[in-house]
Amino acid sequence: MSEVHAQTVAYVRDTMIPQEAPPPTEAGAIKWLRENLFSSWLNAILTVVSLYVIYWVVSHVAGWMLFGIWDAGSLSECREVRDATYGEGASVACWAVLTDRWDQLMFGFYPSELYWRPVLALVLFLVAIAPVLYDSLPRKMLWFTAASPFVLFFLLWGGTIWGPLAVAAGFAIGWAVLRFATPVIGDLGGIVAAFVVPILYWFFAVGPIAGALGNAIPIGIEFVPSDDFGGFMLAFVIGIAGIILSLPLGILLALGRQSDLFIINKFSVIFIEVIRGVPLIVWLFTASLLLNYFLPPGTNFDLMLRVIIMVTLFSAAYLAEVVRGGLAALPRGQYEGADSLGLDYWQSMRLIILPQALKISIPGIVSTFIGLFKDTTLVVFIGLLDPIGLSNAIRATTDWNGIYWELFIFIGLCFFVCCYAMSQYSQWLERKLRTDHR
Amino acid sequence: MKKSVFYGTLAVAAVAAGTLSAQTLAEVQERGSLNCGVSTGLTGFAAPDASGEWQGFDVAMCRAVAAAVLGDAMAVEFVPTTGQTRFTALASGEIDMLARNTTWTFSRDVDLGFEFVGVNYYDGQGFMVPRDLGVSSAMELDGATVCIQTGTTTELNLADFFSSNGMSYEPVPIETNAEAQQQYLAGACDVYTTDASGLAATRATFEDPSAHVILPEIISKEPLGPLVRHGDNQWGDIVRWTLNGLVSAEELGITSANVAELATGTDNPEINRMLGTEGEYGAMLGLDGDWMVRVISSVGNYGEIFEGNIGENTPIGLARGLNAQWTDGGLLYSPPFR
Repeated sequence: MSEVHAQTVAYVRDTMIPQEAPPPTEAGAIKWLRENLFSSWLNAILTVVSLYVIYWVVSHVAGWMLFGIWDAGSLSECREVRDATYGEGASVACWAVLTDRWDQLMFGFYPSELYWRPVLALVLFLVAIAPVLYDSLPRKMLWFTAASPFVLFFLLWGGTIWGPLAVAAGFAIGWAVLRFATPVIGDLGGIVAAFVVPILYWFFAVGPIAGALGNAIPIGIEFVPSDDFGGFMLAFVIGIAGIILSLPLGILLALGRQSDLFIINKFSVIFIEVIRGVPLIVWLFTASLLLNYFLPPGTNFDLMLRVIIMVTLFSAAYLAEVVRGGLAALPRGQYEGADSLGLDYWQSMRLIILPQALKISIPGIVSTFIGLFKDTTLVVFIGLLDPIGLSNAIRATTDWNGIYWELFIFIGLCFFVCCYAMSQYSQWLERKLRTDHR
Repeated sequence: MKKSVFYGTLAVAAVAAGTLSAQTLAEVQERGSLNCGVSTGLTGFAAPDASGEWQGFDVAMCRAVAAAVLGDAMAVEFVPTTGQTRFTALASGEIDMLARNTTWTFSRDVDLGFEFVGVNYYDGQGFMVPRDLGVSSAMELDGATVCIQTGTTTELNLADFFSSNGMSYEPVPIETNAEAQQQYLAGACDVYTTDASGLAATRATFEDPSAHVILPEIISKEPLGPLVRHGDNQWGDIVRWTLNGLVSAEELGITSANVAELATGTDNPEINRMLGTEGEYGAMLGLDGDWMVRVISSVGNYGEIFEGNIGENTPIGLARGLNAQWTDGGLLYSPPFR
């Protein structure tokens, strides 16, 4: 064979040609630019125009932001500093309003010597939520998670320690009723009693018990009324409480809407449609104005508590529909498979249906949460001083009247950081839970 | 949670049979603090400072009542209210009095069931224009674009003014005063209209206030005053005579500096009656004899409050104008302490 070649081919290369670099137009940055930015005349023109627009925006905004003034006591001082530093009429931001009013934007009117309490509460909240978010953490931490609502309440509002303890005892009572009364009065009776007894306890017994214990053994820290809450602390308290309370309620409502039990089904449908069909701002006005007329004068049904309840109900209605979408997306076979294993309703929901349905619903659930968190700014319309409300109040002082964008940019940035973190977590969770074969 | 709300509403609705109490004074004294409704933020009238203390002209009214009733001008819980929530907050008893630059009108006084105890600031709607526009009177504003806050009486006043003078205008609706400042400075409108005090406060924040003029025409009456609920005349009298006392004190020359000295007794019987060295005027209100001494020593008289918060030496720089004493050509005229 080789001899044939030797005679028929004049020259055979016996070494490999060394690898050449690809032509410059087909490699590296130039290739990327050609393919993505300048692939045709139209794209080239659009690219140039876009670059100019970006340059124009950045050149105007970046200087304004970066050269901003951080150290001044009022807007007029800011202007003096600016005139001295950059010359008359230069356009720079006055970030000094943030340093001057930082505490207020963060904590509202919370007593300054007690700032450690909300800060500690935030840290404890992160510790409490961690085992829920990351299942690699020890499961024992969930005990702290269960106790955290009462710990956080105690830290934020203060007062006697017996209030949160007495309320927490209600859950123990409910559990005890469920555990010990069910064998006596049957399943349905047990469930009903496990709801009714703690509610009766909370309404009629908690106050006197906590009061009596508080008088007998006064343990507590300084009480801070809700009126003193403000700024981002208020947004966080309303947002986090709403998120945590609305998820279980939303799941229950979604299950209720799918239920065959007539009353539960109709109640869920009506609840969801009514709450969802009315704007949140109307519910907030209801909480702040209408309820006042029902309450006897002098009743102190905390405005913030009313707002938390309304926000919770509102987002629970949305969540219910999101979760219902997840439930509907499951093939019927999953339900039938659960039945064929002999699982009862709650077991099949807990072990088979909900884990899959919730996984499907994660993007929708997180959108609802992000929406809820941003909606907390609506409380400005009922006179609560959230960050937006405080920005108005800060502008109303003679020191800072006339300042505008700096406050909005800061508030927007803070909200963006929180919402982006939520979104990133949900994407991480989706990747982690992905079981399909892609 | 939904159940607890439901049961809660039922339970409280059952208890709510009681009528609004006529015991405001006793309640306030038992509570140890006065719940006073103020604006969520209005320059010069009510705003929290950097340390969270509320400051302002309306705030001083709250502090004066607290000083009279509780002996401590700082014993006030300020409840920020918006234009929508203020009247419900007062009607439902959430606040004891409202001092929120609220215009005294017939329907608010009669139909809503409130009692305006007097006027602490005589305001009126005005116009501000850039000096470059060359306008010196509101009658030259035909065809102008006007920045106006929506849903307020200023909107209606503006429409009345232009139509009654046969002029046309183009409204630029805006939501808040801060937004209005931005729009006006950006040239989105030729004219900004709101209460004259608000215009002055806004103009004071501009880089170059002298480039803008406030036109002389005032097109509406806006008597702003504190108000209380109907039905508790004793409480209404306390707030009314605290306000009257502030005004009278200025007229009679009682200031926070000399009140302690005057309280030991003077030749002027009216001062003596006010400060409790003659007669039992405090007791008639259900208070002690020193009530007015406490008020003036803690917040000053009307003139001091005005100068400290919105007067010509503050950045807002309002002249007394209509709010001068009647002896100086203004409208402040307190009934006598007799």
